[in-house]
Order: sequence, then structure tokens, then C-alpha cells
Amino acid sequence: MTDSRYSWGRYPSAPQNAHTCSWRSEVSDLMSRVIADHGTTLPFGNGRSYGDSCLATSDQVVQLRTLDRFIEVDWEHGVVLAESGVTLAEILALSIPKGWFLSVTPGTQFVTLGGAIANDVHGKNHHLRGTFGNHVHSFGLLRHGQDLLTCSLSENPELFAATIGGLGLTGVITWAKIQLMPIKSSQIDSTVVRFDSLAEFFKLSAELDHQHEYSVAWIDCLAQGAKTGRGVFSVGDHASYGSLSVEKRKKLQMPVTPPLSLINNLSLHAFNEAYWRVHPATPSRRWGSYEPFFYPLDRVLDWNRIYGRKGFQQYQCVIPDAAAEVAMNELLAVIAASGQGSFLAVLKRCGDAVSPGLLSFPLPGTSLALDFPQKAELTALFKRMDAIVHQAGGRLYPAKDAHMNGSDFRQAYPAWEQLEALRDPSLISRFWKRVIS
Amino acid sequence: MKKVLIVGATSSIASACARLWAQQGSEFFLVARNAEKLEQTRADLIAQGAKSVTVHTMDAVDFSAHPSMLESCLAALRQIDIALIAHGTLPDQKACEGDVQVALKEFANNGTSVIALLTLLANHFEQQHCGTLAVISSVAGDRGRPSNYLYGTAKAAVSTFCEGLRARMFKVGVHVIDIKPGFVDTPMTKGLPLPGPLVSKPEQVGLRIVKGIERKVDVLYAPGFWAVIMLIIKNVPNFLFKRANL
Repeated sequence: MTDSRYSWGRYPSAPQNAHTCSWRSEVSDLMSRVIADHGTTLPFGNGRSYGDSCLATSDQVVQLRTLDRFIEVDWEHGVVLAESGVTLAEILALSIPKGWFLSVTPGTQFVTLGGAIANDVHGKNHHLRGTFGNHVHSFGLLRHGQDLLTCSLSENPELFAATIGGLGLTGVITWAKIQLMPIKSSQIDSTVVRFDSLAEFFKLSAELDHQHEYSVAWIDCLAQGAKTGRGVFSVGDHASYGSLSVEKRKKLQMPVTPPLSLINNLSLHAFNEAYWRVHPATPSRRWGSYEPFFYPLDRVLDWNRIYGRKGFQQYQCVIPDAAAEVAMNELLAVIAASGQGSFLAVLKRCGDAVSPGLLSFPLPGTSLALDFPQKAELTALFKRMDAIVHQAGGRLYPAKDAHMNGSDFRQAYPAWEQLEALRDPSLISRFWKRVIS
Repeated sequence: MKKVLIVGATSSIASACARLWAQQGSEFFLVARNAEKLEQTRADLIAQGAKSVTVHTMDAVDFSAHPSMLESCLAALRQIDIALIAHGTLPDQKACEGDVQVALKEFANNGTSVIALLTLLANHFEQQHCGTLAVISSVAGDRGRPSNYLYGTAKAAVSTFCEGLRARMFKVGVHVIDIKPGFVDTPMTKGLPLPGPLVSKPEQVGLRIVKGIERKVDVLYAPGFWAVIMLIIKNVPNFLFKRANL
């Protein structure tokens, strides 16, 4: 079987030819073969990066999802050692019944362990626990033509730092050992409340974030005038009482890629209005399974197809605290005025935990993420948004990006030169080629 | 909790089944050629919840090694609830046509070695008076196709053998299931130009096998739609079939 892979946003549309292997011992030969045949390659996990950071310039990727074995689990200390293609969902399926949860989880459980490290993903508890990289004990790194290296804070520390958030450029991660956190139940105690303005969001965040493990907000990016900045704030904690059960709810499947995006202005205004209205004006408490709380979109497999054949782009930026409120207001004004944007708009305060990763995305500040159906007008809109982010000293998230310009990237991530120096010369992505030249 | 013997334990379909059994806290005796891969499979099953996993290196075509394998298996498990015979290769049909030795070797890999193992196991299961002999053959055994008829012949031999054995073992309370997977995305089929919509994942096939064994199905197509496809293909008359390039 030859297989084509796309990035999650399906933009840019560059089908990747996936070269697979089933055993750790085969990765080195596979890499050598692809490099001999095509010059360069790139490791590829489960295709959840949105933009072009997971697309090889050669369009030939070494696909690691099939390396999906556990190597050793220690349920006494909550330490999992597994191959890099294991997904977070597969880890949870084993760890939850034993009373352990991922210390940090992104908004989908379908990313691989290797991908989570390579993008140094973060989640709703960034303000407390930092990024995924903060909970990695060690990993095995395979660089072209070299023996497998073990990397940790004490062993090959430079490569450890460069690989966390290193976008797969420093080598292929074949295994990783991570620390989980203990839970008493798999249910989440949450509180939701809607807010009318960004000022209110910042107030709620300052008041509630430090009291709760998880915090995130949905924002109505189309609201204008008096409604600007309205949204729904939610905080949550692992419940003290409940059961330790793995969610087995049947997933829905987006069966086809429609020719046109199903997300358009009409559907969007209706969605946003309704979503805001169904949430309570005063804080209301809920108790329920972890899955709808962390992974609402995982319910629909291949939901990215809803945006049609042209795909979509996600815009995720983080703005440092000092400038956050002003810049977020400007961004929302620009987006609302453009009439574009999507249902999926997420606002989150990031904390000041320092990731070991050189190119880690979060900063102490506020992060905004939203999806836009792909169309030509995005170029102009993103340019205006980029200017605001740049002005405010913020930066964009490479894992989501398909557009940022090189000079903005290099200024926002000054450690890029260290990563470039440690990059495996045989590995290069379309993203990297775009931003470093 | 079950006591499971798997021959060809490092194959993708076998691993998928084993993971499901491991989650029920089963005990395993795993047999395969490659010690390193066996060890990695063992570690994974332990993490997935297996109660115990014993590994044993053996090449299935080394018939003389079969009895001592079974002896070690019984020493480890005492009883076998499920014996899954999952080893096999996908021969190069052209090479089989050009060289008798290659053809016979491939027939041994996919046919004779399975028959030898089943013969040995059947005699043990007959004394046990319980358990399931599960054998992975293939849809390829249903019809001789020009593109892979040596493989198909070996699988057909296994299927016919299973049919006879099933009738014999039924009388002593032992079940024999003949599993016929269609196209599965595994290392064995890597690089083949398979028709995408018909290709299944090993996990899908594994789940169907585990359920089929529980339900004591006699002949199990995996996934189920292959039963329909093969019904049609089996009924294509030879004067047409010989003209097709399947």
C-alpha cells in the first residue's frame, strides 16, 4: 500500500508519500532508504499539525504512527515508556483505569507521542503545568547515519532541548518516556459562565485560573459592536469522586470531503449566537466525562473535512500579558470586520512555566486560536493580524501555521539558529524552508 | 481471562487480537521467528494488561521443533483456550512459477507448516475436550487467481483441512474457526497496489476475529463484506474467470 497523507488543515494541499515501518529496528534503514532515494525527508505522526510544519519539502515522509507499542509502564509512579507512534488516546485507555492522566493534553487525543513532543503541545492547564515537554523524562532520537541517542535533561541535553518543539527536524523520535499525573476519577468537575466582553474574560481568568487545574474560553469572533468579545468561560478539575473509566462513546465520522466548505457566514452567525445563548449568565457547575471536556471535536472523526476541498487555516497566536488585552481587542475587531472566522475560536491564558524546548510556543500571556476556511482573502486578513501580533511582541504557533513570514518567525523565536545548527541535515519541512530563508 | 497460544505472534493481525485478549488479562505463549520482535510484542502485551507472556522462538517450517514448542507451551499455560495460527508469507508468484524450490518452500510456509501444527495441536485439544483452534487462511484460498495462485493453493489446503478437522473436533467439544481476511494494511502487503476502499486495518480485523472466536463462527470473513465479494467471485464460471486478470 502506498499512502498519501495531508496536514490537518489540508492546506497547503501537498500529498505526502508515507513510508512506513512496524518495528523500531527498521526505522534507521527506512530513513536511509528514503533519504537515498529522495534527498531529504521528515518524520510524520498522525497528521494533526495544521499547516506545513509536517510536510516534507521532498513530499516523502517517514510515517511513525505504526510504531505503536508500549515498552514499559510503571503504574506505581505513573511513568509510561512507549514507541513514538502511540497516540495519547491509547495512553489514556491504559492509564485511566490505573488512576493516571496525561499531565498535559492538547485539544485532541489523536496526536502521537512523538508529535506531542515535536510540537511541544500545551493544554488547558498550561498556567499550572506548562507544556508537554515539561513532563518528558527522556526519548530516543535517531539521526541519519548515527546510532540511536538517548536524550534527557542530563544526557544529550542540547538535543533534548532542540527536539522538544523542534518540529521533527532534529531526528526521528522512536520512543519516549513521560510522566503522568494521578487522578481520583476520570470525570471533570467544571464550571461554565458566559461573558460579555474581553475585559470580563480577563477578570474571570485572573480570578479563577489559579484556583483550577483547567481553564479555557470560547469566544464569538463574529460579534460586533456592543457584543464584541463575548464568549463562554470554563474552568475544571479532575473530580474527587467518580469512576476511573475510559470513554467508549461511539465516534461519528465525517464521511466525505464536500466540494465547498460547510462553514460559511450564514451557518456561523447562527452557530455562534446559539452557542453563546445556551450557556448560563451565572456560573453553573457540571460534572461529566473527560472526553467532551478535553476533546469535543474528537467526537467526529475527520472533522477537518467539513471545510471542503480547499481546507482551512488555523491562526493561533500568543500575546504577552502587558499587551494582551489591547491586542486581543484589535485582533477581534479586525476579524469581526472581515466577516470571516469560525465557530472554533479559543482564548486561553498561558502561565509562566518555562519549557525545556528551544522553540516552545507559549509565553506568559494570552493565546487566541481560530480556524478560517481557506480562501484568497485570508492573505490580507492574516497580514493585518500579523502586524498586530508583531507590534504586541507576540508570536504564532508553528504547529498551526501555513503563512507566517520568515522575519516575524526569526524575531519571535530567536533560538531558531540553535535549532538550525542542531537540525539533522537530511530532515526538512516546507515550514522550515519557508521561515528560515 | 484466557490462555492463548499464538504462532506467528509478531504479525499485525495476531498482535491486534493479542492486545484485545491482553486487555482481558489473558496469559500468552507467543511463538515467532524473530526474538527481538517477540520481545517487543511481549512488552507491549504486558503493558496492555496481559497476566503473563512467555515467548518462544521457532520457525514454523522447522517441523521437528513443533513438539518441543507445544511441550513448553503446556508447561507455561497448562491448558490452551485459544490457539491462533497466524504465521505466513506473501510469496512472489512469478518466482514460484520459475523455481520449483521456491514454490515448495512457500507452500511449506503457508500450507504444510499449518497442517503440521494443527495435526499436533488437534491431538492435544482432543484430550483437553475444550478450546478453540483458530487459523488464519485467506480469501485468496477461495479461488485460484493468476496473480497469486501458489499462496491461494496453500490457503485452500488449510481451509479444506480445517473443514475436516472441525467435523472431527466438534464431537469432542473443540471448535475450529477458519478466518479469511481480505486485504489488510500490514507489512506483508506493503507496496502492493491494493484498492483503497477494500483495505482494512489490522485492528478492525483483529476485533472481528476475537468476536468470531467468542461466537464460535466456523468460517469467518474479515471484514464481513468479503463474504459477499467472495460469493460472487466463487460463482464466476471458469470460461469467464480464466479470461480475467485477477
